[in-house]
Amino acid sequence: MKTLNVSVVTPDGPALEGSYEMVSCRAESGELGILPGHIPLVAPLTISAVRLKKEGQTEHLAVSGGFVEVRPDQVTILAQAAEQPSEIDVDRAKQAKQRAEQRLNMAKSEDIDHKRAELALERAINRMDISEIR
Amino acid sequence: MASLRDIKNRINSTKSTQKITKAMEMVSASKLNKAEQNAKAFVPYMDKIQEVVASIAGGNSGADHPMLQSRPVKKTGYVVITSDRGLAGPYNSNVLRALYQKIQSTHSSQDEYTVIAIGKVGRDFCKKNGLPLAKEVTGLPDQPDFAEIKEIASFAVNLFENEEIDELNLFYNHFISAISQKVTEQKVLPLTDLNTEGQSLTTYEYEPDEEEILKSLLPQYAESIVYGALLDGKASEHASRMTAMRSATDNADELIDDLTLSYNRARQAAITQEITEIVGGAAALE
Repeated sequence: MKTLNVSVVTPDGPALEGSYEMVSCRAESGELGILPGHIPLVAPLTISAVRLKKEGQTEHLAVSGGFVEVRPDQVTILAQAAEQPSEIDVDRAKQAKQRAEQRLNMAKSEDIDHKRAELALERAINRMDISEIR
Repeated sequence: MASLRDIKNRINSTKSTQKITKAMEMVSASKLNKAEQNAKAFVPYMDKIQEVVASIAGGNSGADHPMLQSRPVKKTGYVVITSDRGLAGPYNSNVLRALYQKIQSTHSSQDEYTVIAIGKVGRDFCKKNGLPLAKEVTGLPDQPDFAEIKEIASFAVNLFENEEIDELNLFYNHFISAISQKVTEQKVLPLTDLNTEGQSLTTYEYEPDEEEILKSLLPQYAESIVYGALLDGKASEHASRMTAMRSATDNADELIDDLTLSYNRARQAAITQEITEIVGGAAALE
């Protein structure tokens, strides 16, 4: 079976490198499934899980925004942060979630702080969801 | 001539200073190692994002974004990266001098520029010289996370987007090797000089479209440039401190040698004098 080379790079270094049969991720315009031989594509990702399939097994990866760059045999994910379920610090995510919720209650809805807190909340929930999958 | 005890005191105090500088040298050496690794780990990300940006902006797709356009410069923003602590040789003074000269030569009034200072030394310099500060950032850890830098970077990018500044320049020490760092001035915004040569540009499909992508990609790209410079600056800081501390240790060694020599001379002189006195005293008795 044909495979895709997948590399996930973050500012803190490469997070994952390997070949997979299929990559699914959630772009801002909707769910995206990538198989080998895909047309070159660039799409922004949402804070979500990236699913990587290999030999009937699925690996998950939490990404905090970023981009996916697709070439026929190569998928590169540029994310500001990317973690595998085993790497996620659940306690930290829980604390982040609490903090974000507190801030959401305090700040006004148009504030920049409000938006930031919303994003932080989204990231925390995403991390917690993915950490449960393993 | 200084008394024996004075010289002894100086030797001891020089020795204890030397212990400190030696320890600082070793600490800096290990921090430099980590900083270099961080800077290296960042390279693939930077390369990739640059490639994508270049292929979108360089393609004749007609995609446009305010960050790609130069507009008449009414106000310039400078980001200067310095350290929080001194004792790093010429690290801070070089970059601050470059910044000051640039400001002196290009601007006639304070309304034409603003400075974002990273590091205590840079902040104090701006305050002392009356440069307008848009933001100051101090107390950054030695191994900064992207998340911590993002705030500074997006602040600078926002200034540009809100048209408060029309140009953003970065001053930092570029790490060449452990003994050589070079003050570098880099233009971050507008992104006019994207290096598209020598790269095989792929034509991409864009989902949803180029403009949407540029909208989220370009700020990220600008932020990465700032982050990259900061990692580079951290590596330079540690390298510079390491070199400075090594020469301080060497100088202390030399000083101790000199002092020991004059200590021994003084001791010898004292002994000779004593003998002469005794011999003189004995001769007087005869």
